[in-house]
Amino acid sequence: MGFYLAQLLTGLANASSLFLIACGLSIIFGVTRIVNFAHGSFYMVGAYLAYSLVTWMDGGIFGFWLSLLVAALIVGVLGLIVEVTILRRIYHAPELFQLVATFGVVLIVQDAALAIWGAEDLLGPRAPGLARAVRILGEPIPEYDLALIVIGPLVLGAIWLLFHRTRWGILVRAATQDREMVDALGVNQRWLFSAVFVLGSALAGLGGALQIPREAVSLQMDLSVIGEAFVVVVIGGMGSVSGAFVAAVLISVLNAFAILIFPQISIVLPFVVMAVVLIVRPYGLFGRPGSEAGGAEEPEQPLRLMSRRGAMVLAAFVLILAASPAVTGDFTSILLVDVMVAMLFAVSLHFMMGIGGMVSFGHAAYFGVGAYAAAMGMKYLGLSMLPAMALGPVAAAGAALLFGWFCVRLSGVYLAMLTLAAAQILWGVTYQWGEVTGGDDGILGIWPAGWASGDKAYFYLAMVLCVGGMFLLRRMAHSPFGYGLRGVRDSAVRAEAIGMDVKLHQWMGFTVAGAFAGLAGVVFVFSKGSVFPDVLGISQSVDGLIMVLLGGIHALAGPILGAGVFILIEDWVTRLDYWRVIFGGIILVVVLVAPDGVAGGVDRLLRAVGIRRGDAT
Amino acid sequence: MSVLEVRDLSKSFGGVEAVADVSFDLGAGEFLALIGPNGAGKTTCFNMLNGYLRPDRGSVKLEGRELVGRRPRAIVRMGVGRTFQITRTFLSMTVRENVQMALISHHKRMFDFWSRAVRMYEGEADALLDLVSMRDQAARPCSELAYGDLKRLELAIALAHEPALLLMDEPTAGMAPSERVALMALTGEIVKSRGVSVLFTEHDMDVVFAHAHRILVLNRGRLIAEGSGAEIRENPLVQEVYLGGGTVFAAEGV
Repeated sequence: MGFYLAQLLTGLANASSLFLIACGLSIIFGVTRIVNFAHGSFYMVGAYLAYSLVTWMDGGIFGFWLSLLVAALIVGVLGLIVEVTILRRIYHAPELFQLVATFGVVLIVQDAALAIWGAEDLLGPRAPGLARAVRILGEPIPEYDLALIVIGPLVLGAIWLLFHRTRWGILVRAATQDREMVDALGVNQRWLFSAVFVLGSALAGLGGALQIPREAVSLQMDLSVIGEAFVVVVIGGMGSVSGAFVAAVLISVLNAFAILIFPQISIVLPFVVMAVVLIVRPYGLFGRPGSEAGGAEEPEQPLRLMSRRGAMVLAAFVLILAASPAVTGDFTSILLVDVMVAMLFAVSLHFMMGIGGMVSFGHAAYFGVGAYAAAMGMKYLGLSMLPAMALGPVAAAGAALLFGWFCVRLSGVYLAMLTLAAAQILWGVTYQWGEVTGGDDGILGIWPAGWASGDKAYFYLAMVLCVGGMFLLRRMAHSPFGYGLRGVRDSAVRAEAIGMDVKLHQWMGFTVAGAFAGLAGVVFVFSKGSVFPDVLGISQSVDGLIMVLLGGIHALAGPILGAGVFILIEDWVTRLDYWRVIFGGIILVVVLVAPDGVAGGVDRLLRAVGIRRGDAT
Repeated sequence: MSVLEVRDLSKSFGGVEAVADVSFDLGAGEFLALIGPNGAGKTTCFNMLNGYLRPDRGSVKLEGRELVGRRPRAIVRMGVGRTFQITRTFLSMTVRENVQMALISHHKRMFDFWSRAVRMYEGEADALLDLVSMRDQAARPCSELAYGDLKRLELAIALAHEPALLLMDEPTAGMAPSERVALMALTGEIVKSRGVSVLFTEHDMDVVFAHAHRILVLNRGRLIAEGSGAEIRENPLVQEVYLGGGTVFAAEGV
């Protein structure tokens, strides 16, 4: 009995931490509709600041709690800076831009934290006065856990009072329901948004600060927490603070008991719960379909078939690519394989996102499934290279068929969140199921067959697969199927009215995109000779998003250009210390200066200097 | 023989009877107007006919085949075309491509992964665009069209399925008076030349009396009158509903 109570109390303490992180994220999303990846960074900075302040002050109980509050306040100021300098400019951009911009902030904060606090994990002091454990029904319960169990509901109560008893809070709730209406009533939106962002960031900072007696402060805190925080927000209903609380309790308590039966479940469980909730209640437990995110986008221009001249230029490029191993070294060939893999991955993502209008935050899932399927086919089934390569896209299509069925039932940012959940579930399974997937150690020794094993030989194989894959996707974009996807994106109502099966069409689009991402994964795994769980991770998914964004989402050539630029920048930048700052800076510049991507930016530049003429885009 | 047979169509929303026991027939080539004050149940009625709402009771038969219980897209395929009160088109495509998409769907080629969509059914699409005098704008992006042109485009899209029945929800809403007359005249010609039947809702009584062969009047979910323009104009019940008595339509003339 006492044991189960102890599990419950641990679960509740975890729920409090989770709630503190998630509620800020939820408030920010509710009002600004921004999916803020940088929230995890604020959490991490809160922990680091609290660590420094507590060690510096060293002032007993009062000093400890004061340090935590000061840390939260500083993070609030940091939030204000980010909001004013970056987010304020992109409130009306599509969610993809916002997500990628906040990811740029993540990268910059990571390097800043590395520079200030170093790469070592920092073990925080225990909370003065709460350092011991009390015995409840014979089981030791840390006093600090009990304190957390109290703090969570206290913060919930404070936010409730703020939102229901102050004019500001009422405006925030109104803005969560209908941003335009609040604007029409003459409320200063800028001020409201900034204030909300400060509050949300400070709460994240407080959440991080409160963690220091419980876990070591590390540079991995940001991305490890953000996934779960999103899950809580989505389950609770985006913008709902009490929903976040209920969701945090639900997940943490379920988890506390589930690990007794199946210890490996903890990474996967939150995402499974989220998937179930979203299917039953598409807007979360307490959520309502809010006002639309972002602003109205300018309608895309009609597609054109490639002109004769365009086809010739393209053919020339392919020929140069094919001839490149003759004149360059093996190193270039290896780099070019990376570039082609990235291009195919980005084009497949663009197929569902640009053409199909389904934003995916978890496209890496299908890349990873393709890579793992090929690796496992070789390792366990004893397949030779080509059959293993064929297995990859088939398995990826299977995974996309399964998860896509759920995802296409939702739309917009909710669909994106479910794709993220799907990817995290697959990542969790891969990571935890060590006996089969090798877990963290990955699967090694996946090399191409003898005839394709040289760097140059493999380059040609990769080229056939990647260029072929991109050709097929382009051909499909111009086919009735691709037009149908664009039609559904433009107007689902019209698509239905001409007799289309909208969900089936989206589902198939999702599956096709997954299959080709799987093909990219296959080419990837044989070029590296090994595969690790991070191929399914958030970073890989975000890389794809950045490539599509870099290239510009409105052009079929966009993702190809974007992926090329991305890999070349990455290759150059990652050789430097603090490459994340540079990379994050580049991302922010692109989002803020050239929101239509490199292709669009170049286009506008040419028009501006008068080299190219035509209608303004 | 009637193209459409509606019998005892009923729908309640939480105890409020939105549509109650509505029955009517629509003959081949007939141009039938469904009118009524705001909240009379016109839209609910329409949504039950095209499958977006499932009626509580009643039946809808198109050329003898039951429509109730089928999905909207199945109903489209059975021969019920529609235009929207607020136009819905594929804005990232050209005018011709919009019609081609309808034709591709009609010919069940939507899951063709290889052919080039812009090369499919070009001739048929142009013929339909000719019908609504939009051929000269075929290559323009849909996002650049004037509102009245979008309405005509929707008509061409609806005709791609060779419908037996065309449902038009407020076809002239948001248009200038001269455009209204032109659009309805065009629709009237198409009805005649293609043998399509049309059921439309409309707020503009000039349009209704000038073009409808027959008029149904709906009030609080029930049909209260049915007949020719002249009969409806003289009907005291209708006058009561529209202005609480008095001579409502006298001023508008014919």
